[in-house]
This record gives sequence, C-alpha cells and structure tokens, in this order.
Amino acid sequence: MDNNRVVITGLGICAPNGTTIPDFTDAIKNGISGIKHQPELERLGFSCQIAGMPEFDEERILRYFTPLELRNLNSTGITYGVIAGLDAWADAGLERNTDDEPDWDSGTIFGTGTSGIDKFRWAINKIDDMDIRKLGSSVVVQTMASGVSAFISGKLGLGNQVTTNSSACATGTESILLAFERIKSGQAKRMLAGSTSDSGPYIWGGFDAMKVCTFKHNNEPEKGSRPMSLTASGFVPGSGAGALVLESLESALNRNAKIYAEVLGGHINSGGQRGLGTMTAPNPVAVQRCIKLAIESSGIRSDAIEVVNGHLTATSKDALEIENWKNALGASSGNFPYINSLKGMIGHCISASGSIECVASILELYEGFIFPNINCEDLNPEISSMIDKNRIPQKLIHNQFDILAKASFGFGDINACVIFKKYKNG
Amino acid sequence: MDKQHLIEELITIITPYTEEKSALERVGENTDFIKDLKINSANLVDIILDIEEKFKIEIDNDSMAKMLTVKATIEVIESKLQANAG
Repeated sequence: MDNNRVVITGLGICAPNGTTIPDFTDAIKNGISGIKHQPELERLGFSCQIAGMPEFDEERILRYFTPLELRNLNSTGITYGVIAGLDAWADAGLERNTDDEPDWDSGTIFGTGTSGIDKFRWAINKIDDMDIRKLGSSVVVQTMASGVSAFISGKLGLGNQVTTNSSACATGTESILLAFERIKSGQAKRMLAGSTSDSGPYIWGGFDAMKVCTFKHNNEPEKGSRPMSLTASGFVPGSGAGALVLESLESALNRNAKIYAEVLGGHINSGGQRGLGTMTAPNPVAVQRCIKLAIESSGIRSDAIEVVNGHLTATSKDALEIENWKNALGASSGNFPYINSLKGMIGHCISASGSIECVASILELYEGFIFPNINCEDLNPEISSMIDKNRIPQKLIHNQFDILAKASFGFGDINACVIFKKYKNG
Repeated sequence: MDKQHLIEELITIITPYTEEKSALERVGENTDFIKDLKINSANLVDIILDIEEKFKIEIDNDSMAKMLTVKATIEVIESKLQANAG
C-alpha cells in the first residue's frame, strides 16, 4: 500500500460573502457578512427570515454551463458546485481535459445533502398535475444526489472515482478526508474534493420548523449569526459550495504547482446515537475521540495545533463543542489554540459548510492570518470560563502559523476532523 | 405548412442540441439525429417536447419511438397536424 503525502493545490469558492478566492479572502479578513434579509422567507412565514446565499450575475454562469444545460437548470446546488469545482481546477493550473481519453488519474468526491430541490418540486408538481410526459430529460441528472459530481466530471473529463458523499453538516470535511485517503493509498493522483448545498425555502424549511434557526434578528441580518455569543439563539441558514484540489505531493512537485498546504491526516467517526448522542445531538465521547485520532493519524502532538476552525453554529451547543476541543487537546485555558467560526459571517451552509470553512482555513494557513470572529462581542461566559477570551480573536490577526485543525459535526451523530499544515518546501 | 418550411422549423428546434454545426448546415430528409448530428439520445425527448409546443400537437409513445431521422419526424408532425385539422 502506498503512503503518499497529499497537498492542496487549488481552491474554489461560492460563498455568501464571496464567490471568487480574492473576494472571499478579503471578506473573511474584514469580517464581512453575507447574511441578508430574504423577502421570500418572510412571505412564506418563516420564523427565521434571514439567510446567506452566494451572489453572482447571470453572465458568470455562462462561463461554466452550455446554453442547452442552462435552459432547464434549476438546481442551485449544482450551479454553486460547478462554479467552485471548476474554479478550483483552474486555480490548480489544471486544464479541462478535451481529449477523448478520460483523465484516469483524476476524480472527484463532491458531496451534498440534497440535489436540485427546486427542480424536484417542479417535477413533483408536474406529475401531480398529470403532466408526467412534460418532465423532459433534465430531472434525473439534476435531482440525483450525485448530480453535482456528474456535472463536474463531465466538464473536466475525469476518469478516476466520481462520487458524491453525504453526511449532513460533516459532508464537506468528510469529502476532503475521503479524497485524501484515495490519493494517500495511491489510487488517484488528483481528487477534486468539496461540497455544495441548495438555497431556498425548501431546503431551509425543515430546519426552521425544528426551531434550530434564530428568529430574533430578522431586522438586523448581519448580527444574526452569533457563534460563541451569550445571545446566540440558533443558526442562520446558508448555502453555497467550496472546492479543493487534493494532489499527491509528487504530482504537485512534478508539475511545479502552487502548494497551499498539506493534509496531514484526519478522522471520521460516529457517536452511534448512544450515550448523550442522538439523531441531532453529538455524543461528546465520539467528538473527542474523533479529534484525538485525527491528531494521532497526523503524527503530531496535540499542542502543535495553533488554530482551530470550529463547527460552532451559534446554538446552545457551542459551549459543549469548546469543552470537547479542550478535553481532546488536553489544553488549559491559556494555552488553548486560537479558535474561530466562519458561521458568524456566512451562517451555517449545511452540507457545504465543511468545504467552505476548509477553504477559509487553507487561506489562513497559506497567507498567515486568523480571520476575526464576528458577533461574539458578548462572549458566552460558559465559554470564557473554559478558555481565555484572547483565544477567540474578534479582530484580524496577521500571524504565520503551521498547523490548523478543522472539524465538522452532523445530524446522525457523525464527526469529521482534518489536520492541515503549512507547506514549506519539504 | 409545406415540407421545406417544416424542415426549417425543425432545424431551429434541434440547433441547441447539437455541436455538429457543419452537419447541421447539410440537414436533409435522411439526416439521422444520433448518427449524423451526434445528439445525446437522452435529449430526444426534449426535442419532442419542443416540437409538441411549437406545432401544438401531442405525440404518442409509438410515434416518438420512430422519430430518429428528419424524414420520420416530419411524417409524424404532418400526420398529427392533419389529425388536428381534421
């Protein structure tokens, strides 16, 4: 079995506060929110009427899809995923394969929670209206879960594994670890990892009904997503996609590619919905085990971790997450790593959250900064009793650092943790 | 509607579905959608929906199965138009 080192050579983003890497980098450095009031959610009587959605003009889409594809395209998740995925591929200096021969060495693991939920609604209405024959050929490819990876693969001509993973809010981080394993074991040279999430009332409605979203900030959208804050009152839904090109170090060096960072290791597990774990609540034993085993598989000591990019959704569970990190790292209040949550700026992008937040994490490592936590000026005292408040930066910090841990946790009591390291020529 | 006019309307409908622009310029009665124009077979149903909308006709499954060439397609359209007129 091979044991290749794996690096990241390309990034793509389609986030509520930026849809290009330069815009997104600027936004996260400056704490710019992508959360807006959504008139459609208000009209439909949602409790939470604010959300984060990527914004771009129609002309941008023409660069990624053929006119024929665009005629019936009604899947925001596929649109976001294709934009982020193709941008990451180009950012890695890779061309779209125009040969008849597939690129056998390259594949994609591009996750999602649902696909084409608006398309699905349209199709269901047609069927119920006795108009089944009017569906045409575009329903299946946009509503199959693997639609996003299928669209990306066709555009790039990928000939290695092409699949879609799905693990709720852990999807994006899981996709990176699955791609990492495939390259590490020598089964692929390059894998486009990432994840996407649809926009709109039909994806967010279920969360609204569960009362896990905030309803207290409809008049001040940018203040609504408040991870680690005393006044955190539920998450703000978001959407978008993040994409990362993972590549064997050997392949990256051979083609003289820009290397953003190295993936040192990681771990994926489940709390089995046992102990304190349920369908919707994490089992702390499993969370801590996931973080510890991620560190162990990376061959580092836990005190080597300088920055943690948390899951931290702005619910009552934030304090529990901090406690889990603290226990897993064996850290004291003062030597706890810096910790931040991107969700303050973009909300919780559900199945896209892990990949978008990993893109942010890689940018921090590569450029040497730690983005500010916004909306936690009133830090939850339960959290500040566990870790020193200077560990939770509220202003941008310029700081070269070497190792970052990122974790995502999802419904179903599932966890994923990945460890990234700055790459320094060797 | 005469046959030449029907063919022209049909070409307008199939244009977005093919990358074979030179073959498109030579479309005649014997042109095969899949062999000559390299149209993805999944898109044939979309072309038929576009034809139904354009000519305000309804095409049954048996007729649909025949519509693989320009000639067969024109015949189906003509017969449905006649049925409508009758």
